[in-house]
Amino acid sequence: MTDMTAGASAAPKSSLLAQDERTRRRNAAEARFKLYGVIAITLAIVALLFLMVSIMKNGSGAFFQTFVTLEVELLEDKLDKNGNRDPAEMAKVTTFGYSPLIKDAMAKVVADNGIEIDGLKKPEDLISKEAAAQMRNFVLAHPEMVGETRPFEFVASGRIDGYYKGRVTMESAARDSNISPEQLQLADALKAAGALETRFNWSFITWPDASENRPEVSGLGVAIIGSLYMMLVVLALALPIGVAASIYLEEFAPKNRFTDLIEVNISNLAAVPSIVFGILGLAIFINFAGLPQSAPIVGGLVLSLMTLPRIIIPARAAIQAVPPSIREAALGVGASKMQTVFHHVLPLAAPGILTGLIIGLAQALGETAPLLLIGMVAFVREYPAGPPEGLFDPATALPVQVYNWTQRADPAFVERASGAIIVLLVFLMVMNTLAIILRSRFERRW
Amino acid sequence: MNDMRLIQRTVDMHETKIRASGVDVFYGDNHAIKDVSVYIEDKTVTAFIGPSGCGKSTFLRCLNRMNDTIPICRVTGKITLDDEDIYDPKVDPVQLRAKVGMVFQKPNPFPKSIYDNVAYGPRIHGLAGDKSELDEIVEKSLRRAALWGEVKDRLAEPGTGLSGGQQQRLCIARAVATAPEVLLMDEPCSALDPIATAQVEELIDELKQNYSVVIVTHSMQQAARVSQKTAFFHLGNLVEYGETGKIFTNPEDSRTESYITGRIG
Ligand SMILES: Nc1ncnc2c1ncn2[C@@H]1O[C@H](COP(=O)(O)OP(=O)(O)OP(=O)(O)O)[C@@H](O)[C@H]1O
Ligand SMILES: [Mg+2]
Repeated sequence: MTDMTAGASAAPKSSLLAQDERTRRRNAAEARFKLYGVIAITLAIVALLFLMVSIMKNGSGAFFQTFVTLEVELLEDKLDKNGNRDPAEMAKVTTFGYSPLIKDAMAKVVADNGIEIDGLKKPEDLISKEAAAQMRNFVLAHPEMVGETRPFEFVASGRIDGYYKGRVTMESAARDSNISPEQLQLADALKAAGALETRFNWSFITWPDASENRPEVSGLGVAIIGSLYMMLVVLALALPIGVAASIYLEEFAPKNRFTDLIEVNISNLAAVPSIVFGILGLAIFINFAGLPQSAPIVGGLVLSLMTLPRIIIPARAAIQAVPPSIREAALGVGASKMQTVFHHVLPLAAPGILTGLIIGLAQALGETAPLLLIGMVAFVREYPAGPPEGLFDPATALPVQVYNWTQRADPAFVERASGAIIVLLVFLMVMNTLAIILRSRFERRW
Repeated sequence: MNDMRLIQRTVDMHETKIRASGVDVFYGDNHAIKDVSVYIEDKTVTAFIGPSGCGKSTFLRCLNRMNDTIPICRVTGKITLDDEDIYDPKVDPVQLRAKVGMVFQKPNPFPKSIYDNVAYGPRIHGLAGDKSELDEIVEKSLRRAALWGEVKDRLAEPGTGLSGGQQQRLCIARAVATAPEVLLMDEPCSALDPIATAQVEELIDELKQNYSVVIVTHSMQQAARVSQKTAFFHLGNLVEYGETGKIFTNPEDSRTESYITGRIG
């Protein structure tokens, strides 16, 4: 003892102003750890920015559209031979009957503006093939207009649209059988004359999908409605079932082998690949229950099955995290089990439950694989009806539409697919923001 | 110690409110309470004393069946309230707990406003006809718990924002608001300063006029001050039970004497 005190007093007294070796090492380790963290986060942010920028660059074009305005004469002898303006009779004229009118209008606008381009063939190819159908729909809706000349705004063809978005150049047009450099020159001339313009347009969001060779008129309308319907189904099924199941398992169920088994199985289900749920849906809902293919109801059911365990697990964790003393307090003043759960436990667990729910919904919104199996990948041009019947109409879904478009040959669909990804991301961001807002609203800071 | 003899004379005239006979409690294999038989009188304060871990809280929790909520806990034996077996399968523990209120060892206010903390019990039991009646109950309960003066201007603030001692008094107010017939208090003053302690003891004294109060305490002085009956627990056994005056002045068991004089614990 005496030796030690002697030794201690012999050693120089340590100063608080100078760090000793141990403290220095500890601080260095801490600084290193912080550095790793900063590096990791920087990498993540850079990757995210890269993703965002590239998607924006590729996809923002989808929200812009090139239009050509033409004065079209609605010739009576072509559209209504009998001259009685009967829509039923006029409907016999197919889109092939309208194409010549567009061709004439195009030739007229070229002549009127004094545009002369050597070797120009088929100037009407500047207009989308959809234009005839657009005109036919207008005429059938307004039969009294036949015989008049009125301006129509037609969507330009995908190649022309691509020319103004930098996808198509004079060189690529020379090699392209669908477009020629002369047609591009014509487009430039029309643009100078004010008959052609590229501008922002919502039609990408509202129009239905279009066929392989008409990328310029393809849109997300049906996919958005389909996704929305499926989310409604998931919300209506997975929320009540998931929350009720977690409350029951946490608060009421006896703890025994059977409930242990259920617990293990819920965790396992959360890990099952989503495509397996697709097979299950195909077998049960379509083959066995006889529900229609490609219908949002089936997609919603499949996604509900997939989402349920992903809602139950965080919901149970949130319920578990409520301190037991709160339950004791409630029981102690004579509240029943049910009152304890609904008055005290649930409000405290609500933020966690909601966050789990919205993350589950967001995952369901982005899910593709199971939907491919139940036929949601079909080509659907008809908008589904309003709910509830619309739930049984064929539809597609946003992520499936992305997948679908990336499979197509025309490079214009790459832009469309990126645009669809932007829409999907916006939906996801809205949902996550909602989750954060709800969370902070329900969070009790006391 | 003189006033104690004064109290002694007034006891023994009350009828038995709770009677426990041959109660054993197990937590899994842990035998926490060993064959305890005790009777708790109406309009009386009964103190449970004993070293930490001897089973005071456990036994207290048997009296309003709070132990039901612990899955591994098993209670055997018979406990009656007003001669009715509280462990009878026909008894709804919720109804029992409305009659036998409890203040827990650790303050556990609800994460709600001070007002709602106190009003919750009366609300779910339908004790107040309208808002003004409820206001009255809340004020009265907070006054009895010696908290009214401190919180009357901030009833809407969260109960969890109070200090530890204030939270404990809030829990007392919450317990008395439901007008229980028996009030179980598990170390209600462990977080309180002497002034608040004195106020709570005053409350206990007042409650005694109508109710039966069981209080667990580690303070010999408190047990001596507020209680008429004292039970001394040791290692799960009820070692000695009787008049407070007698336990503190002339204990029969040597373990009681050692504990009171500070030699075991
Ligand atoms: N929830 C529980 N699960 C398992 N064992 C428990 C539980 N609660 C108490 N016990 C055990 O029961 C015995 C008695 O505990 P109890 O809480 O009744 O003691 P106590 O007398 O109240 O002590 P203190 O004065 O420290 O509060 C202890 O051995 C304890 O470990
Ligand atoms: Mg205790």
